[in-house]
Amino acid sequence: MKKWIPILIFAGILLSGPMSTSGRAASWSGVDETVIEKFAEKAGRPAREPFINTDQGDLLLFVFLLAGAVGGFAAGYWFRVLFPPRRKNADGSTVS
Amino acid sequence: MIDDRVKTRTTVTPSKAGARNGLHGGSIPRLPRTAGIAAARNLRNLEIGSRKRALEIFRVEKCPARGGITISKGLAAAAFLCALPSPAFAMHISEGILPISWAVLWYAVALPFVAWGLRDLRRRSEETPWFKPLVGLVGAAVFLISCMPIPVPSAGTCSHPSGTGIAAILIGPGLTTVVASIALTLQALFLAHGGITTLGANIVSMGVAGAWVGWGVFTAARRLGLPWFAAAFLAGMFSDWATYATTSLELAAALHGDGSFTTMFSLILLAFVPTQLPLGILEGFLCAGVLKFIRNRRPELLRTVPAGGAA
Repeated sequence: MKKWIPILIFAGILLSGPMSTSGRAASWSGVDETVIEKFAEKAGRPAREPFINTDQGDLLLFVFLLAGAVGGFAAGYWFRVLFPPRRKNADGSTVS
Repeated sequence: MIDDRVKTRTTVTPSKAGARNGLHGGSIPRLPRTAGIAAARNLRNLEIGSRKRALEIFRVEKCPARGGITISKGLAAAAFLCALPSPAFAMHISEGILPISWAVLWYAVALPFVAWGLRDLRRRSEETPWFKPLVGLVGAAVFLISCMPIPVPSAGTCSHPSGTGIAAILIGPGLTTVVASIALTLQALFLAHGGITTLGANIVSMGVAGAWVGWGVFTAARRLGLPWFAAAFLAGMFSDWATYATTSLELAAALHGDGSFTTMFSLILLAFVPTQLPLGILEGFLCAGVLKFIRNRRPELLRTVPAGGAA
């Protein structure tokens, strides 16, 4: 049970955002664009389009999904190499 | 070292005029008095409005009950900042924001660190057979963590941790710069996060400052005798904050114009607080949790921990 506490806290933080009262007024936009770009605009240096602009419609969702899948696969692969599943011995003890 | 041996009460209220002016996207936090003044000064320096307009944005009200600003009140104000909605910043500086001279300078600062990290990879891979898989795992984790937006209820926006604190503990600050550079390049090219011209600055803030501060804090904390969990927590937290402090510095240096650099820097740093204060603490727990897991499952992986020693 003890190990679930941090996971529950983390999930609570994630979920409390969109469900909170402040969340109704908030935009939940990425912080990169919310103020850095705002400051830059005030100083006369607005951000310009990226060289490869994937921020068009659902294209950004697609590339994020792809990046998550590739990154997740790589992380999982190396994780299995470094932390192989534990095996149970005949006497019930586990070995890595 | 991963080693068991070393074990007037004045407040400033945002006015509707400020919201109308769109400077904070319509949701402005309650700030301490000094913050209001700094904001007002900076706005004047930026020549984006008169002092009168600035004071409209942060209208000063005096509360008659108490006077003076004490440390405890300052801490209470900082805590209060976290409880109110306010837009905030993230570490990625978008394409085109930095003038070319600054972009080149930050590239020049970042390159020696990247080169040193690559040399470090070759040397340590020869010494330790499982080092490359560890670098692969850490690199993938840094990439995923640094493009994972986390909603911060206190700020009403999303921001991301950087993951460079735990990376620096596990593979060293030099190699963390390398993996952060790869992650940031991929994000700039394909995910519309950051930019190619601002890549050097982003590497310096996340890959260099975040990594070295995380590593330094962890090493110092262990040498001071703090338990490894506390040392990892502090490393994660301070690496996150250092990343955003460096971003503030980079932005202020490039954008302050004729105004005061210090004021601009303080203003940007202050604007980071509502988001990054809680997120830094979260990153501290993440860092400590990962280290706890590795220490339980494969403590031998921590033999090459930069702070030295076996788990």
